Amino acid sequence: MDTVLTNRMDVARIRQDFPILSTQVRGKPLVFLDSGASAQKPRAVIEAMTRCMETAYANVHRGAYNLSEVATANFEAARVATQNFLGAEHAEEIVFTRNSTEAFNLVAHSFGRALLKHGQVVLVSEMEHHANLVPWQMLRDAGLGIGLRHIRVTDAGELDLEDYARHLARGDVGLVSVTHMSNVLGTVTPAALIARMAHEAGARVMFDGSQAAVHRAVDVRAIDADFYTFTGHKLYGPTGIGVLYGKRALLEAMPPFLGGGDMIETVTLEHSTWAAPPARFEAGTPAIIEAAGLLAAIEYVNAIGMDAIEAHERALVEHASATLSQVQGVTLLGGPQDRGGVFAFSLDAAHPHDLSTFLDRRGICVRAGRHCAEPLHARFGLESGTARASFGLYTTAGEIDALADALTAARKFFA
Amino acid sequence: MSPQPAGFDELRDLYQEVILDHGRKPRNHFRLEVFDASARGDNPMCGDRVEVFLRLADGRIEKASFLGRGCAISQASASLLTELVAGMTPAEAKTLGERLRDMARTGARDDSTPALERLSALSGVHEFPSRVKCATLAWHALDAALEGSKEASSE
Repeated sequence: MDTVLTNRMDVARIRQDFPILSTQVRGKPLVFLDSGASAQKPRAVIEAMTRCMETAYANVHRGAYNLSEVATANFEAARVATQNFLGAEHAEEIVFTRNSTEAFNLVAHSFGRALLKHGQVVLVSEMEHHANLVPWQMLRDAGLGIGLRHIRVTDAGELDLEDYARHLARGDVGLVSVTHMSNVLGTVTPAALIARMAHEAGARVMFDGSQAAVHRAVDVRAIDADFYTFTGHKLYGPTGIGVLYGKRALLEAMPPFLGGGDMIETVTLEHSTWAAPPARFEAGTPAIIEAAGLLAAIEYVNAIGMDAIEAHERALVEHASATLSQVQGVTLLGGPQDRGGVFAFSLDAAHPHDLSTFLDRRGICVRAGRHCAEPLHARFGLESGTARASFGLYTTAGEIDALADALTAARKFFA
Repeated sequence: MSPQPAGFDELRDLYQEVILDHGRKPRNHFRLEVFDASARGDNPMCGDRVEVFLRLADGRIEKASFLGRGCAISQASASLLTELVAGMTPAEAKTLGERLRDMARTGARDDSTPALERLSALSGVHEFPSRVKCATLAWHALDAALEGSKEASSE
């Protein structure tokens, strides 16, 4: 179980940082293979949030008393940590949202409605999470003359770059918004290339980093992303806080998303003027305690090192590819060249939900269904969905072996 | 015989042979050529889908069939439905659906009639809250068909 896969990372010791991983499910060790939906939390995150409430809690950006100033400083420290985590040039380019979904809605509303022009198109791909699809459908349907098209995905589960080039050549794309790593196929997309092609065609580009930022070091300047989003709870942090990175000039040109306190400069009963970013996009009391948790999560993964995490997960992916493809009746969805720690699969003898119930009784948590990516499952003719195993930095090769054994048993049970 | 892993008995309670059998080989799994009522049930969370077709004669359900896709439980429940409601009045069929929903929620078996006895195999879902809707989906569709609406939701 406690296999050390790389000599750069002591997974057995890391697992001890996560209290939930030592719990048992019906007398069996918990095998948590659903980190792609939401990751477990290390003690450092749990304690940072408690500490925030016990020692440094007050509303931020408001009080002129010391406790509020301390709380504000801690909150802004989370912003700086996020800036550095993403390689952003300025802290003001980091907007805290509720999650990635809200970040997409923010950009669709503020950038989409104000800066995209009638006749322009938003270009997504077939493998997007609904969070990077539905807000653009709403924008398309808002009567502003903004279109929506999608880039095809190849049978291997990769972005069809020729199809992408064809869309861009039509000259009407205003924004490309694609995933940096598919939550179903595990495909890591060539972000820098995607951005360069978009920019050469005069389009802006946004990446869904909800999965990628957890598994790989991200550098928004190296990629040259205009917008980039990820969410705290998949990065071993708390729910309720997400991140939108936007280039400063773009954020400055955008109108607010939500109105309220904290996002204004002056207010009369008739009119208001907007604060500068990021405050302009952070109406109301923000997720103060969650920011403390996010800061702790970033410090936690930084201490291990994103490169070490990536190396560990590459070893896991290799092991899982070999192991799961050996299980009779298992079909892995897609086979991308560059895969992060996500495997969607089907078992010939069982529907994904029956399979998930079976695995649950052995303490194995996988997700079943369409993983908020219904169009992608339709693309592969899998209307009933798939089961999905997704890894975190605490996942072991032994857990993948336990899954493989359970799949063999499930096939016997349901056949 | 080797010892079964923990949770195995509960699994067998859920996946009784009758469920596995009807799940693998659903009965009346076609669209009736002539029908008087039909309705579709969708579970948007998992993508399960069941469409029920009913032919009525002399105030009774003469024949029932279904089309659908989904897990063994949703398909077995629909398959059992088509066998059990044939010959019943709409009111009897609805009452049977009510009893099935009670069993699925509480796990209390009700063997008071032969039809209920067969449906008791579905009572095991009560241990699995996320799966209760799988067992009841077809019965929601049946209600919708009998009430003349085209769509049902297990939400």
